[in-house]
Amino acid sequence: MDLKLDHYTKDDTEVVVVEGEIDVYTAPRLRELLIDLVNKGNFHLVVNMEKVEFLDSTGLGVLVGGLKRVRAHDGTLDLVCTQERILKIFRITGLTKVFGIYESVQEAIDKRKTN
Amino acid sequence: MALVQLTISALPAHVRTARLMATAVARRAGIAETALDEIRLAVGEACSRAVEAHRAHCPDQPIRLELIDSAVPRPEGPQGGAPAAIPHNGNGRSAQRFEVVVADRAPVSDPGSTVNHHAAGGTGIFLGEQQTPAGGVSGLSPDVGLAVIVGLADEVSIEPNDDGTVVRMSWPLGQSEPENTELVD
Repeated sequence: MDLKLDHYTKDDTEVVVVEGEIDVYTAPRLRELLIDLVNKGNFHLVVNMEKVEFLDSTGLGVLVGGLKRVRAHDGTLDLVCTQERILKIFRITGLTKVFGIYESVQEAIDKRKTN
Repeated sequence: MALVQLTISALPAHVRTARLMATAVARRAGIAETALDEIRLAVGEACSRAVEAHRAHCPDQPIRLELIDSAVPRPEGPQGGAPAAIPHNGNGRSAQRFEVVVADRAPVSDPGSTVNHHAAGGTGIFLGEQQTPAGGVSGLSPDVGLAVIVGLADEVSIEPNDDGTVVRMSWPLGQSEPENTELVD
């Protein structure tokens, strides 16, 4: 399926909801959204990937790019993902050590606030 | 040997087509369900890399895929002679395998060189002040896609030559649980 993007504000965090496939064709849309959110002053992001069906290294690159942007403003970009098929690419590339990966949006927000 | 050949234009939209085709052929070949996701991702990575290379160097040239099921009895060669050659795979084994070959025609900066599967810093991740190398997606080395392929495929060879790069990936047929390879400690 194609990529669906949505976002909403929860506490002081902007939650991006991603649904579908993130690949070389669709990743630019996610990149544009993340850039737009950061440009509008949202420096604490949570990307909910629970409905992502496919993610490749292009998508990883967009997420890493988003992380770089928020870090430039002392911000955070965390992920919500419990799907093994999606988590696998994070493990293979070692990105589990770079991103905070949580089981729910609330857990991601709570962790950031306690750190 | 059963063979499916696919030629795609160097367009990002066609990478998904290639992924779907590879997954369908792999499923028909009898690949374990657990390995289908790996094949889908590895083929997507190989095609994405090829598409990006073509868009940079030769956008009008097509990218060629071959999906090879070696379990099917191989047809006789021309004039009823010897059967066609068994496709090459990483360690030369000729067991029943599902092989995917992705061939691009983009020029290689250093033909014959070995691809660096372990990019700078071990992960190929460029955060902070580090600049992403040319050809990389934001924050990631262009080698990460190849590293993912190496991590997913049971056997893989990446062969740069004067005509482009040929990525060969294969998985055993009728396998049980594929190994989960970690590239980074």
